[in-house]
Amino acid sequence: MFFHQKVFAILASILIMGLVVELVRRRKLREEYSWLWLLTGVVIILLVVWYDLLVFITHLIGAIAPTTTLFIFGLIFLMLISLHYSIQITKLSQQVKEMAQQLTLLKDQVENRVDS
Amino acid sequence: MAESLRGEKKEKILILIPAFNEAKQIAGVVHQVKREIPEAQVLVVNDGSVDQTEKKALEAGAKVLSHPFNMGYGVTLQTGYKYAIKNEFDYVLQMDGDGQHDPSYLLALLREVRNGQVDVAIGSRFLGEGEYQVPLLRRAGMRLFGFIASRLSGQKITDPTSGYQALSQRAIQFFIRDIFPGDYPDADVLIMLHRAGFKFREVPVSMHPNLEGRSMHSGFRPFYYTYKMLLSIMLNLIRKG
Repeated sequence: MFFHQKVFAILASILIMGLVVELVRRRKLREEYSWLWLLTGVVIILLVVWYDLLVFITHLIGAIAPTTTLFIFGLIFLMLISLHYSIQITKLSQQVKEMAQQLTLLKDQVENRVDS
Repeated sequence: MAESLRGEKKEKILILIPAFNEAKQIAGVVHQVKREIPEAQVLVVNDGSVDQTEKKALEAGAKVLSHPFNMGYGVTLQTGYKYAIKNEFDYVLQMDGDGQHDPSYLLALLREVRNGQVDVAIGSRFLGEGEYQVPLLRRAGMRLFGFIASRLSGQKITDPTSGYQALSQRAIQFFIRDIFPGDYPDADVLIMLHRAGFKFREVPVSMHPNLEGRSMHSGFRPFYYTYKMLLSIMLNLIRKG
């Protein structure tokens, strides 16, 4: 890995981590969602600094260039995040459905009470 | 269950009509079912219609519950089931609000669940009553899922998509759980019922083609529908209890 590749990777990671921390600080992002993003940043920095580890993993998964390893794990990570969101959306839809049904039934109950 | 002084049970029957933008048809349907079973309460669950469905149904003398926004056919049915349980109805008769289902079969469906042999009676348009034309591809899909459902439930199912049904309180109790699908309940629900130990039976009914020419199965829907049904049926088999 070239020196400027390393610098770029580390800078990008720090930028993302800074952004995540700032979003949590401004309460735009809940703490429970932030740890995954921070972890990613830490892992990228770790792999860049500890280059032998990256080379080791590269051999382990049968990739040729260490950068490929970074890309692959980046992609896997993004897929997992999307899956996580799908699960959340499913859960939220279920809750919204439940609330709307309850609202519908309660509205009826309240209106009938007012009428009678 | 309401009981009179003499101790005999007075049955409470709910006619449940899910409706989404059915302003043209709904009043007629409500009038017809009221004539058919005068002692039943007629409930229209309005699934966030943007037309006059709510007003027309109220004018026709139905009780109306309105969703705050559109949530789908299955959710609409389930809101009705929840209402039925909350208000202790013994039976639910459900039919679509678009005038496709002929109300003169309501009593035949009710009879099936009333005599206690089955928990769900399903009106099938393919058992000889009336003539109902279905486009070839859709017919093939119905045949396929009817066949799978028949095999898995050990009884012949000819019309798994039929929303013309009578349900016992026991079945309604089962359907208010989260497992009930939000979009279109179908063969998967029948298999689920069977596996949970419920009994159901098809009853011959006649249906009219949709007057507006609207269908829930158009465009890319059939592909999604086939995928969803196969997945849903398979998962039903894998799940325990």
